[in-house]
Amino acid sequence: MLRVEAQARLGPFSLDVALETPAGSCLALAGPSGAGKTSVLRVVAGLVTPQRGRVSCGEDVWLDTDRGVDVPPERRRCGYVFQEYALFPHLRAWQNVAYPLRDVPRRRRRRCALELLERFGAAHLADARPSTLSGGERQRVAVARALARRPAALLLDEPLSALDARTRASAGRELAGALRDIGVPALLVTHDFTEAALLGDRVGVVDGGRVVQLGTAAQLAAAPASAFVADFTGAVVLTGTARAGRDGLTRVALDGGGSVASTDSGDGPVAVSVYPWEIALAAPTTPRSGSAQNHLTVEVVSITAVGNRVRVGLAAPQPLTAEISDASVRELALAPGARAVASWKATSTRLLSR
Amino acid sequence: MRWRGWFAVLLTAALALVLCFLTLPVVAIFVDTSPGELLSSLGDEGALDALRLSLECSAVAVGVIVAVGTPAAYLLASRRFPGRAAIVTLVELPLVLPPAVAGIGLLAALGPNGVLGGLVADAGIQLVLTTAGVIVALTFVAAPFYLRQAQAAFEALDRTWLDASRTLGASEARTFLRVAIPTAGPGLVSGLALAWGRALGEFGATLMFAGSFRGITQTVPLAIYERFSTDFTGALALSAVLVAVSAALLLSVKLLTGPAWLRGAAR
Repeated sequence: MLRVEAQARLGPFSLDVALETPAGSCLALAGPSGAGKTSVLRVVAGLVTPQRGRVSCGEDVWLDTDRGVDVPPERRRCGYVFQEYALFPHLRAWQNVAYPLRDVPRRRRRRCALELLERFGAAHLADARPSTLSGGERQRVAVARALARRPAALLLDEPLSALDARTRASAGRELAGALRDIGVPALLVTHDFTEAALLGDRVGVVDGGRVVQLGTAAQLAAAPASAFVADFTGAVVLTGTARAGRDGLTRVALDGGGSVASTDSGDGPVAVSVYPWEIALAAPTTPRSGSAQNHLTVEVVSITAVGNRVRVGLAAPQPLTAEISDASVRELALAPGARAVASWKATSTRLLSR
Repeated sequence: MRWRGWFAVLLTAALALVLCFLTLPVVAIFVDTSPGELLSSLGDEGALDALRLSLECSAVAVGVIVAVGTPAAYLLASRRFPGRAAIVTLVELPLVLPPAVAGIGLLAALGPNGVLGGLVADAGIQLVLTTAGVIVALTFVAAPFYLRQAQAAFEALDRTWLDASRTLGASEARTFLRVAIPTAGPGLVSGLALAWGRALGEFGATLMFAGSFRGITQTVPLAIYERFSTDFTGALALSAVLVAVSAALLLSVKLLTGPAWLRGAAR
């Protein structure tokens, strides 16, 4: 269990957070840039000391300002994967991974580093300089390096944002697998809600140095506590299992029932994302028409006005959200408990491997 | 198009003028000395002594500058503290000091009647008119060249490399040795080359502080000056040797210690 409490004035904004994440679980902090997410990681790693705070990991207390405890970064067992990865440019990939292996006898270090690289399918990169590696390759080396010291906690700063769209999905899937295998508490920071939903068991939305809401990605998307969270979560995220359909579309059997189609390709467990403003609602009795391929029978859970739009929380039974106009709500006589059909196009349905 | 034509001619002419003016004296030294004269001047014992002294003193001075200057420059580059700007200016001051003023200053500070003269004498150290004095003069004049470069090199480092090193179990000292110095390598080496070049050519401060005694304090520039009035050909030959030695030294420093990772990175 990693516990973090910190209050600090850091430059122009103040930080005030209290978080905890159990072993084997990943807490994703998501928020716009400048919200103070990275500062939380730096406090945990000991790279910055807050005015008041307490950080503990299992039995170890790393920081307790009340009792004057402040363990230096090198003696906190944190694996930190930096944004842009921060690989040492003067060392080869395997030497980067071997850098923290000071307890290992010199002649065995290369073999240890190779084993770690092997775990992330990067053994063939061992002798390359970081400057010659692609973004995805750097990420694997950086994760292998962060795990080399058998950390008690893992910190990840925007681990996927330096990657191009093509490699992001596969890198995300590998990382999610690695996070599950390691079995230590993980804290991840991202500005992308979809990424947080993909990698985090729970997601905390950070704004102005505070965690404004904490929950699973589905909970946040379905029942945002504030207009900020609603806006930030953006996409609806559903989970399911994909397989190729006969018509060239991918069919996803949703966990808990229902099925949707997507023009994205995918196979096995996937996250389905669709933007609420692309979901149309109709009365259950209306005959199906138009080009939408996906129709789910849903129950209305909540109705929240956001400016001139209305967010309608739905249970399908997985939570999803539709964003429609106030006029449509009145026409359809939507109210909590009412039934409706949610429709959207297969072309607006994104599939993310998980 | 016409305008571009005459402007291109102007730029080329300016560069040609710069090139001529700056290389002509160096070229003239070699044109004026025949290889035979060069060899025979090297056979001259005084010349060899001067060359040996120049190399030894400048090597020791550069060694001291790098050993003390590297951590000092790292502190200036990595921490913000009150008075930092003033310190940076003070450290750079010797850059604009005329060498004669530097020599007088060193005498006033470390000479027999100087501010710290008593202290130096009590420690049994003789600086004025000795080889040690030459090293002090070279160090004083050359140090700012290295400090400036080293500070700039450390400031240009990616801070996250240093942070990453700490989270990977390395103390601040180990991070300095294993990450900061190697990654700042190119900047440190070019600073070292600049400082060494300055030390090899040092004349005024050495003359004022250490004097010009053959085999003891007479470095190559001082030997050239001594010959200049009596034996112009000898002075010319010695100058040619100094140019060749300095160029070879600086080139080999850059080639040997230039980090392999930079050359590998140049794709």
